[in-house]
Amino acid sequence: MRAFAILLRRELAAFFLSLTGYVVIAAVTLLIGATFVMLIKNMGTEAFPLPVTEIFFNSSVFWIIVILTAPVITMRLFAFEKASGTYETLMTAPVGDVSVVAAKFVAALTFYMVMWLPTLGCLLIVSHFTNQAHALDKGLLGGMYLGIFLSGCLFLSIGCFTSSLTRSQMTAAMMSLAIGIIFFLAAYAAYAQVIPETGPWRTASVLYYFNLFRQMEDFTRGVADTRAMIFNGSAMFLFLFLTLRVVESRRWK
Amino acid sequence: MIEAINLTKRYAGRTAVQSISFSVARGEIVGLLGPNGAGKSTTMRILSCFMPATSGTARVAGCDVFRQADDVRRRIGYMPENNPLPGEMRVREYLKFRARLKGLGWRRSRERVATVMEQCGLTQVNRRIIGQLSKGYRQRVGLADALVHEPELIILDEPTIGLDPHQIRAVRQLIRSLAGKHTVLISTHILPEAEMMCSRMLIMYDGRILASDTPENLQRTVTGGRQIVAEIAAPLLSLREALLQLPEVESFDIMDGDDGFLRCTLTPRNGTDLRAVVYEAARQNGWLMRELTRNRHSLEDIYVQITQPPDEEEE
Repeated sequence: MRAFAILLRRELAAFFLSLTGYVVIAAVTLLIGATFVMLIKNMGTEAFPLPVTEIFFNSSVFWIIVILTAPVITMRLFAFEKASGTYETLMTAPVGDVSVVAAKFVAALTFYMVMWLPTLGCLLIVSHFTNQAHALDKGLLGGMYLGIFLSGCLFLSIGCFTSSLTRSQMTAAMMSLAIGIIFFLAAYAAYAQVIPETGPWRTASVLYYFNLFRQMEDFTRGVADTRAMIFNGSAMFLFLFLTLRVVESRRWK
Repeated sequence: MIEAINLTKRYAGRTAVQSISFSVARGEIVGLLGPNGAGKSTTMRILSCFMPATSGTARVAGCDVFRQADDVRRRIGYMPENNPLPGEMRVREYLKFRARLKGLGWRRSRERVATVMEQCGLTQVNRRIIGQLSKGYRQRVGLADALVHEPELIILDEPTIGLDPHQIRAVRQLIRSLAGKHTVLISTHILPEAEMMCSRMLIMYDGRILASDTPENLQRTVTGGRQIVAEIAAPLLSLREALLQLPEVESFDIMDGDDGFLRCTLTPRNGTDLRAVVYEAARQNGWLMRELTRNRHSLEDIYVQITQPPDEEEE
């Protein structure tokens, strides 16, 4: 636990004291800002029955940000340490493998959540200047950030895993991008219902759980769906478990 | 302090270390010497618990490196090959992080960081970013990291590689100053360095330990006795005559020196020290003598002799 806290601090410092971290935050803020500007412009001319959060998080921009930033955030975690050799000094210090994996993942997740904070500013503007007074509703906000958190758990654990496999950050990023896009496509297939219910091996019903879009829709309406939590949580545990096995593998390779 | 029994490490299709056994006593400075690819780094990685051996056991301070890895890690300070450091951190910040990671308390780590920075001459760069430091300073940061938790055993993999002569001297001095208090295991492929720093050397070649002794004993075993060199001003014939009569001299060789001096190289019988004998001979004959030295057989020769691959010997 002590080692975990020390490592977490070090990993967080690596995120927040590096230029890369701020470039990512700036890029994401720019994307969010641009989308909101367009959204507000449209809202000025048409009447919208939906809350502004729901419209934003159902747009493809949200998913583009998640799928692109997760590999960028996580590619560094193990691959960079392996390439620079600091992995050896880290793993010969009296720390457990679990603390190392946990500290790296939690740091990435923290950075990811901070990266989404600018959305709060956008919502503030919306609630202040439009008649959507419920844009800052507690339930809506909680649901929205819970949804963001769960998407982070899933996509960052994938990135954590691929980073542990290689010493090349580029390879790690490409692999986690590929896996991320597979999840995205599965979600799209489920959302658009391209596979009929009567298809073989109950594909459609399995695919139902992969429907990340619908999950996010629920969360942004303020509905906390436990199925989504369990799906994302178990995917996260699976990928973190795999990461741990890879880290431990040097003992029996 | 270290006890390795039949350590073997096989990588896919290649044996890096082949059933080596050795032990290191507390307070010793031991050099692990060998050409590149001899298995030095692999041995050190096994001892530092970075990876396990394929077979065999190793104990550090009585703890098994595989089963009690955490206890071993707490007791050793390890500096890997090429001294990897995070380039974005500041010297003090990094050392503090490492000290805390190795289990030192908040106050204790502060004290220890200040002490090792002083010891390694880092005090004036304590706020600099590691990535901007010169190679010499970076090496000292690596050493400071290895020392910060006062480990019983310090393992340094090629600590002086890539440094300029001044920096090498500083690092050597630092390592020598650790003798007695800590046990040190250093790997190097530079012979004079091992000779200067180590009280004992293990010579590795092709995954095996070929010799283990003090630098002096290694010299003796290889050269038998030591040759001496004397420069004497004397007529060639009478000098030859005088040397032939000395029973302690097995063979000798006389060359022309300058200013009328002759340069003789003498090999002793039964490893006796010829210096007094030769001086006495020169004094009795009333010859001038301006040099009388033992010819140090360089470790280079020992090294080449021991590590020579068999196919080269046949040629």
